[in-house]
Amino acid sequence: MPDPILEIRELHASAAGKEILRGMNLTIRAGEVHAIMGPNASGKSTLAYVLAGREGYEATAGTIRYEGKNLLIMPPEARAREGLFLAFQYPIEIPGMTTMQFLKAALNTIRKHRGLEELDAIDFLALVKERAQLLDVDADFLNRPVNAGFSGGEKKRNEILQMAFLDPKLAILDETDSGLDIDALKIVAGGVNALRGQDRAMLLITHYQRLLNFVVPDYVHVLLNGRIVQSGGKELALTVEERGYGWLEGPDARTSEEKAAP
Amino acid sequence: MAEGNGIRDLARYEYKYGFTTEIEAEAAPPGLNEDIIRLISAKKNEPSFMLEWRLKAYRHWLTMKEPQWANVHYLPIDYQAIVYYSAPKTERRPKSLAEVDPLLLATYGKLGIPLSEQEVLAGVAVDAVFDSVSVATTYKEHLAKLGIIFCAFSEAVQNHPELVQKYLGTVVPDSDNFFAALNSAVFSDGSFCYIPKGVRCPMELSTYFRINAPFIGQFERTLIIAEEGSYVSYLEGCTAPMRAEHQLHAAVVELIALDRAQIKYATVQNWYPGDSEGQGGIYNFVTKRGICAGVDSRISWTQVEVGSAITWKYPSVVLRGDNSIGEFYSVALTAHRQQADTGTKMIHLGRNTKSTIVSKGISAGYAQNTYRGLVKILKKATGCRNYTQCHSLLLGDRCGAHTFPSIEVQNASSRVEHEASTTKIGEDQIFYCRQRGLSAEDAVSLIVNGFCHEVFRELPMEFAVEAQKLLNVRLEGTVG
Ligand SMILES: Nc1ncnc2c1ncn2[C@@H]1O[C@H](COP(=O)(O)OP(=O)(O)OP(=O)(O)O)[C@@H](O)[C@H]1O
Ligand SMILES: [Mg+2]
Repeated sequence: MPDPILEIRELHASAAGKEILRGMNLTIRAGEVHAIMGPNASGKSTLAYVLAGREGYEATAGTIRYEGKNLLIMPPEARAREGLFLAFQYPIEIPGMTTMQFLKAALNTIRKHRGLEELDAIDFLALVKERAQLLDVDADFLNRPVNAGFSGGEKKRNEILQMAFLDPKLAILDETDSGLDIDALKIVAGGVNALRGQDRAMLLITHYQRLLNFVVPDYVHVLLNGRIVQSGGKELALTVEERGYGWLEGPDARTSEEKAAP
Repeated sequence: MAEGNGIRDLARYEYKYGFTTEIEAEAAPPGLNEDIIRLISAKKNEPSFMLEWRLKAYRHWLTMKEPQWANVHYLPIDYQAIVYYSAPKTERRPKSLAEVDPLLLATYGKLGIPLSEQEVLAGVAVDAVFDSVSVATTYKEHLAKLGIIFCAFSEAVQNHPELVQKYLGTVVPDSDNFFAALNSAVFSDGSFCYIPKGVRCPMELSTYFRINAPFIGQFERTLIIAEEGSYVSYLEGCTAPMRAEHQLHAAVVELIALDRAQIKYATVQNWYPGDSEGQGGIYNFVTKRGICAGVDSRISWTQVEVGSAITWKYPSVVLRGDNSIGEFYSVALTAHRQQADTGTKMIHLGRNTKSTIVSKGISAGYAQNTYRGLVKILKKATGCRNYTQCHSLLLGDRCGAHTFPSIEVQNASSRVEHEASTTKIGEDQIFYCRQRGLSAEDAVSLIVNGFCHEVFRELPMEFAVEAQKLLNVRLEGTVG
């Protein structure tokens, strides 16, 4: 069995003084795709932010190991350079910097960190062309300020484009499928599938079984009130879609992933 | 939770030009009266027309009030506490660089402005002004062969009094405003350039202003005359030691472009801005104006304002010659407790005259940044054009940006276009960048440099690089 990329143990986290994650456990190994489902406000984005190191989201107890290292003491950019990527639920606009400039700076910073040579303008452009084609993104889009004036779907696609560029080890996609039309969904799913590989892992946060038809997960977890209450295979997503979350609430809902995960 | 450099925590900032030079100075006692003015004039061995001019300005200044309309706030300045004249003590003015006090040369070397003959900046002639006097001018002889005069203002008064008398105060009259009047009364040195008819100045001319002595005010005066069909590109840079008191810098710059002449004037202003609490720093109250006196002439101002506790300046162009062009490209950065009220005036008097204004204001920390502009097209000035673009960038949510554009068009055949925006860079943007691997500093510098690009490209290459670095250094420790 491959080594875990991510190991979350009894994690408690709060934002603005309010506890949101309450004893969460999750192990993700290289090559695996995990999906997390859960009702609104169950703490899915909070988990993503804690993993990415966003200010204001504080781990109050428990541990997170990323490739064996203590993730919680790493500043956000160190996590990113080590291959942790977050596709934001609400991508942020950065006026004054084009997507192209942004991508180039980010890519070269990460390459440098990995001991690779920085790409010059020509090699970078070639790479942009290739990846942009993969995601059906046109050049005009890349020359606009990052996410500024982008439609919701365009923003999501831009997240996946960045992911395709930065070659992450652990990609966390926070509702990247929400708000996408069916064609865009297929393109995004294609981009995600293209990145699936032996040494990479993914965590898909989603409300819909729809995405999971295209990107078939190895494991599905249900997050409820800051805890994973149920874990299973891809069929769990179908059950959730059919029955909602009500049946999982209450005293006998299982609280550990271990029971389902191998 | 991520410890380390969130944008609120970046708290380092270093002003690397903050050292002082321990050099013996000859200074006037603090305070201002007619005797001090006579002393300055005598020290400079000035012809009587200069003394008269100074006294007239002084008497006028006494009747004026300090302007209150600018969007800046400071405690009243005690004009009697300022030292109006201070000069490094030397037997006489050095005739060549070889005679310049090595301590002064070392000072400029440390500032990145080598003046010694072996290592002068290639392709840039430099006039170095230290407190109240010019201490050295490089490439002078070389330029003289082309008939170009580039020297200290005080030298021009000695050697070319007819030119000084003809042009001094023609663009900024001694009574123009409170600070211009003060400058006219007490100005001590500065640079003088004269480009003869048809000559294209082959190198950048540049003046480096350095305030060293404590309590001194620097009042320099620059006069550039470009005769018919000539061209000159001029640069100025400024620094000062870190001192707990505020120091006053009230300069006047006059540019005159005759028929088909072109003057490009660039400033990288990095006066000591004060510490992060607003203690100390230079009050930079400057009047800069150019006149496109001749047809088809062109004046462009490019400024990168990074330093000073308070900046108050509006480099302007009076477009008198038909078809003349005025341009203003500005980056004004205010961080910590800095305040800037800056902009331009484009006065269209001639027909088919054009002006372009590109203003980029950046505020960080608790700083306040104001753009103030006037575009005025007179009735007879038909067929004129103005394009103004005024953008503000706020870093964090405790700083402010303000714009006061004013447009007066008195005829129907002229067109003005105005574009404005304010954008805010906050924690969210910085986090997004950091999530992609960029450090907070790199993120800010990328955003800011992208924002300023249109202005930087107006600067000569090496100065653009310098300006970029300056902004980055200045922004360290301020964002949030
Ligand atoms: N910065 C914050 N300050 C205060 N409360 C917060 C903050 N971030 C999240 N919360 C609260 O924590 C809870 C979980 O929010 P979170 O965004 O993690 O939910 P989610 O599962 O991603 O929901 P959704 O499906 O709607 O995206 C919510 O009640 C939310 O209001
Ligand atoms: Mg969410």
